[in-house]
Amino acid sequence: MTTTRSRSKQSTDGPVPPKPARRPRGWGRATPYLLIVPAVLLELLIHIVPMLVGIWMSFVQLTQFFIANWSQAPYAGLGNYRVALNFSGPLGQSLLHSFEITAAYTVIVVGLAWVFGMSAALVLQRSFRGRGILRTLFLVPYALPIYAGIMTWSFMYQRDNGLLNHVLHDDLHLTDGTTFWLVGNNAFIAMTVAALWRSWPFAFLMLMAGMQNISEEVYDAASVDGAGIWKQIRFITLPSLRPVNGVLVLMLFLWTFNDFNTPFVLFGQTPPPSADLVSIHIYDNSFVNWNFGFGSAMSVLLLLFLLVCTGVYLLLLNRRSRRA
Amino acid sequence: MKLRLIPAALTVLAVSATAACGSGGSSSSGSGSASSGSGSASASAAAGRGSGATLTYWASNQAATIQDDQKVLGTEMAKFKKQTGINVNVQVIGWPDLLNKILGATTSGQGPDVLNIGNTWAASLQATGAFMPFDAAALQAIGGKDKFVQTAFKTGGAPGKDPTSVPLYGLVYGLYYNKKMFADAGLKPPTTWEQLQTDAKKLTDPSKGTYGMAMEGGSYTESVHFAFIFGQQHGADPFNAQGKPQFTTPGMVAGVKQYVDLMSNKVVNPSSVQYKNGPEAPGDFAKGKAAMLMSQNNADNTLQADGMKSDAYGVVPIPAMTGNKDIASFVAGINISIFKNTKNKAAALKLVKFMTSPAEQAILDKPFTALPVVKNGTVNYTTNKAEAAAFADILATKAVPLPLIPAESAYETNVGNAVNQLLAQAATGNKVSDSDIKAALQAAQDKMASAG
Amino acid sequence: MREPLSFRIFRTVVVVVLGLFVAIPLYVMLSSSVKPLGEVQGAFTWWPKHPTLQPFIDIWSTVPLARYFMNSLIVCVSATVLSVIVAIFAGYAISRYRFFGRRVFTGAVLSTQMFPGILFLLPLFLIFVNIDKFLGFTLLYQTRVGLIITYLTFSLPFSIWMLAGYFDGIPRDLDEAARVDGTTAIGALLRVVLPAARPGVIAVAVYSFMTSWGELLFAAQMTNSSTKTLSIGLQNYSTQINVYWNQVMAASLVVSVPIVIAFLLLQRYLVAGLTAGAVK
Repeated sequence: MTTTRSRSKQSTDGPVPPKPARRPRGWGRATPYLLIVPAVLLELLIHIVPMLVGIWMSFVQLTQFFIANWSQAPYAGLGNYRVALNFSGPLGQSLLHSFEITAAYTVIVVGLAWVFGMSAALVLQRSFRGRGILRTLFLVPYALPIYAGIMTWSFMYQRDNGLLNHVLHDDLHLTDGTTFWLVGNNAFIAMTVAALWRSWPFAFLMLMAGMQNISEEVYDAASVDGAGIWKQIRFITLPSLRPVNGVLVLMLFLWTFNDFNTPFVLFGQTPPPSADLVSIHIYDNSFVNWNFGFGSAMSVLLLLFLLVCTGVYLLLLNRRSRRA
Repeated sequence: MKLRLIPAALTVLAVSATAACGSGGSSSSGSGSASSGSGSASASAAAGRGSGATLTYWASNQAATIQDDQKVLGTEMAKFKKQTGINVNVQVIGWPDLLNKILGATTSGQGPDVLNIGNTWAASLQATGAFMPFDAAALQAIGGKDKFVQTAFKTGGAPGKDPTSVPLYGLVYGLYYNKKMFADAGLKPPTTWEQLQTDAKKLTDPSKGTYGMAMEGGSYTESVHFAFIFGQQHGADPFNAQGKPQFTTPGMVAGVKQYVDLMSNKVVNPSSVQYKNGPEAPGDFAKGKAAMLMSQNNADNTLQADGMKSDAYGVVPIPAMTGNKDIASFVAGINISIFKNTKNKAAALKLVKFMTSPAEQAILDKPFTALPVVKNGTVNYTTNKAEAAAFADILATKAVPLPLIPAESAYETNVGNAVNQLLAQAATGNKVSDSDIKAALQAAQDKMASAG
Repeated sequence: MREPLSFRIFRTVVVVVLGLFVAIPLYVMLSSSVKPLGEVQGAFTWWPKHPTLQPFIDIWSTVPLARYFMNSLIVCVSATVLSVIVAIFAGYAISRYRFFGRRVFTGAVLSTQMFPGILFLLPLFLIFVNIDKFLGFTLLYQTRVGLIITYLTFSLPFSIWMLAGYFDGIPRDLDEAARVDGTTAIGALLRVVLPAARPGVIAVAVYSFMTSWGELLFAAQMTNSSTKTLSIGLQNYSTQINVYWNQVMAASLVVSVPIVIAFLLLQRYLVAGLTAGAVK
């Protein structure tokens, strides 16, 4: 199918980093394009075009009066954005509140997920009895379908028949056993803990994989030099994991900030204000209130925010790694 | 090295985003073809001649399970086919899906021929323009508007416009009470709200886990319904004549307070603020954990499924405070609509006529625990004569429609959720003052205003 | 090497705290699934007083669980297989060829990871509906096909990225050698590179399958009663006449077991795949 003839082998090509070196001639030039065509088409259909449509929607008044005839929806200019960003107005205020909640949620979940994942990975890096079982156990929350895990938490948080109130009241005698966990301000704690339970194993998995890349010899050399465990962790393990951390924190950040599942399973379509994450806030405003133009404007703002955060993050990361 | 790809990604994204901004205006004209589809559909609708056609009918879930609905309607549709030669493909759709499905059909212009809707959505859905208006000719074709109970017929759409739905099953709220618990306490069913409050207090005993009133405190629809009913008792309308929200009038605030006070006065199990699926409050009532329940008449289904016999409870109208208007419910229920894009308008009208005929109403009301929406129908789903009489009376004399405006669904979500938050505040032991209520309602009103 | 006391204390704390944190909810799921309804409605108990397997029988009749299961299985298996195939081709192209637009392609694909799902939920819905309208029959909207295409794309960015990384780690000499023997590029990919990349491919498959098995937002909007998947179907247990917590837990367990077992069996590949691909 291709007429490409291989050029002289580049014997210097190490496994990493690869230099995509082939410069095919004639029909062979088409090969890479043919290879990516399916991916490009799918990305266009599912991600790119819908995103562009979403951006278009944010500039029109797509309310219930126009959904049957949405191509005729009147142009709203920046109207939807103005409403969303008017933080003294009620809708802007609630969006800002939702952003703040989401930011707090993200910082706590990502931070603790990393700490938990790192601790577990450090402990399990060394062999001891029960290591295999623990490793398996720790991965289970990540393997469970999200809704199955969160539903279990939802059951544990029930006021009358849940585990949490039972433990706090009957076993530990700390409360009167009538605390609401899914209502009011406690809802935030409840949601955060459930999300943490679900996300930290991913950090654990990634960090564990990262640690396997560190060669034994480095550790051996260090221990010959008399470095103890803590020194080795500090001077070998942690620095070697820097690239993994870069990717891991970014992924956790994006997933957590966009989290829809946790509040949706715990609270349904309308979570209490203390747990009103931005994804579900937008969902609520579009699908429950039927104001898709406004919903889209808020989604675009969310995207821009994530874009800026990611950009700044990568900038800082690159600068730091260059200095290091 | 992988990370270096991401800045490239960001650039791409930023570029495509700005490109999209530029093309924003043009894509709206470019997709004009979407509307031409509906044009051809309505052209062929005229060609439809009824018999021999196949209709798609989206029915709502009225019986205990979807399978039960399917069975009941299957039998009736066979009868319909015998009479008219029209095939009907019935799809029973659960409540959580129904509005979404309708939304999808509305957006795409591809939907069923005939469908059920919750009647409180009537005006909101009418505003989308996706449903066929019942003009004089269409009403004639289904047997004339005079065959319907007038309070129910009024829910078909905004006043002054041709309705886009006609009533199918009637529902109203009533106050269910546990006969034995009332008798044991030496009480009679209350006729004023003040009595209801003292009775509820007497019947509450948290140490035994029994409370005076059951409540679906996490359900925003229940909350907005009671905010409306009690507001009406205080003479307050949520919208003025121009359709603008006026949620903070003293009557509205008093109405919400009347409902929230049940929780503040601790005659409701605080846990019920987590109830939002529908069956929990009737469940508490059926199990004797609550002595009273304010619910629509189809609660009978749930109560009996939970093992409560129909002679164990009685029903009276929800009472008003002394001196207030005697309004006990709004006109709830299910309406039936024809999708504008149907290719079988004549057949669809025949189906609507069939479903709303007195004979079918008498048959369908039974399994679906509904009140008849046609005149001279009798309540036949229960053998409890007093209950039947009470509900018939409430529908005929003590019920008003919810606001028939396009913003109705937004009103339900905004006010309903505001009231839910107030209930949560009360349940967690915090006092709810009038100014708290007013502030919550003000916020709901501001949201509606700036969203409009 | 001898471990200092401080490290042993650290280990004990980590093992106990995280072990309990992870295990308690799993235990609750397990123990509640064998309680009769009355017991899960009353105050919580650590031990089931009257253990019963009835919930595991009832779950199949309370909601059409078998249908949801089939839907999920069809959708997720198809999405996974297709996603892996598409990702292999694209990842191979990125790893082995330098072509115009390579960076743009990679960047664009990766950046879609950043998209909030909520942004393109409604547009996708409009696009599906209009494609169907154009075709004259329902191909995409609220169908399994629509869901398969959506899910397979969701896992693409991470899969392509991970596989490209994995392929980079496979010496180019291998496929060059095959090419010298007269094999085509595709032939070299299939016969030489792919076998060597097996852990990476398995890792990607596990990842895609899990992504689609747990997806909720699009499943809520893009399915109907006959195409509903488990993630949405499971919520139906709470809209019944009772909230059947025992059945909810039993059903959660039933839908989790296959995927957890598969995951645990394949996890060493996932770790190996991540090690060689993503985390380098």
